[in-house]
Amino acid sequence: MASLDDLKKRIASVKSTQKITKAMKMVAAAKLRRAQESAEKGRPYSEKMNNVILNLSSGISDKDNAPKLLSGTGNDKVQLCVVMTSDRGLCGGFNSNIIKKAKSYFSKILSEGKELKIITVGSKGNDQLKRMYGDKIIESISFKESKNANYFDADKVGKIVIDKFENSEFDICTIFYNQFKNVITQIPQAQQIIPLNNENSEENVSEESYEFEPDEDEILSNLLPKNISTQIFKAMLENSASEQGSRMSAMDNATRNAGEMVDKLTIQYNRSRQAAITKELIEIISGAESL
Amino acid sequence: MSEEFKIEIVNPEKSFLVKEDVSEVVVPAYEGEMGILKDHISIISFLKPGIIKILSKSGDENYYVEDGIVEFKNNNLSILTSSIFNIADIDKSKQQDLLKQAEEESGKEEISDQSKYLIDQKIEVLKTLN
Repeated sequence: MASLDDLKKRIASVKSTQKITKAMKMVAAAKLRRAQESAEKGRPYSEKMNNVILNLSSGISDKDNAPKLLSGTGNDKVQLCVVMTSDRGLCGGFNSNIIKKAKSYFSKILSEGKELKIITVGSKGNDQLKRMYGDKIIESISFKESKNANYFDADKVGKIVIDKFENSEFDICTIFYNQFKNVITQIPQAQQIIPLNNENSEENVSEESYEFEPDEDEILSNLLPKNISTQIFKAMLENSASEQGSRMSAMDNATRNAGEMVDKLTIQYNRSRQAAITKELIEIISGAESL
Repeated sequence: MSEEFKIEIVNPEKSFLVKEDVSEVVVPAYEGEMGILKDHISIISFLKPGIIKILSKSGDENYYVEDGIVEFKNNNLSILTSSIFNIADIDKSKQQDLLKQAEEESGKEEISDQSKYLIDQKIEVLKTLN
């Protein structure tokens, strides 16, 4: 059995851990509010962008000559996966959920005999994937310096993806991120961004015809690259809100567990203290009796 | 009948500006400046660097944009842009910064004709801001 001194030290150490997790929880809660706000503020842009593209693509006259970003290359041999994770740990299942989702997708692709290329955004994803899929990772990006998700960073990722597409390095691009539902629930998502997948949103197309200036094709070819960056930006915003939410609940749990542990250790400490006293008493009494 | 319509400018971070009482907006569309009044036909176009002028009862406003998309439908004008500044907020040093950046970019050699044209446009607009 641990000595009284050891127990005392352990209680102190658990208590100081609890202090840290409590502080992290509070920081995460404050950041979460901001991240959630910016995720909500960013929504109109991506929604509008989507609407315009839907309207445009429904109005396009020559389907065969549609931009490749919209219609795809006609192949699905080479798949590019952009896995978006956080740069920092201690956020519960946040990163491993994305990775799990991505890994199951990867093994599906590989079992179908297709080629896989991976871009990781965020250092945690890179750390977890490079062991199994190290040779498949063609690029890893991290934005450790930037505090909040910003459009500039998203644009950088978008440009890399588009460059690779124009050099026909892949046919289909999918991004992986966590969608923020609420503090407890984040849903890992796989979203195909090239070619654009808008099967589910057909009903939003307005009947009205538009005038275009210049013509549809030119607007589309200008708009689609921007849409890629917008989608990535949206994913980044969702991700940062999810990260903070996930960290907050993880740290909340950790604080509670530490509290339970302190209680248990304190009881153990008190018991062994009493036991020591009783033992001493017995020794004195039996010593006195034997005289 | 009122001659006013609604304008909404959004950038990726937030909804930048919403105004309900706009009487006329002049946007630097890709093929030339375009004035939009109420009951304009539905149109989609994109922007080149320039000045957006918003005329309304509560006062006129000018914004500098570098790129974007305009959509006008049912008397709703939406402008999507990733770079927009209120002219009133652009001071001398900010303008010089932007100008320097644009000039550096235009000096690059591997630039395509289209983006060269856009950047030259940008430089010109920035110079007129003084």
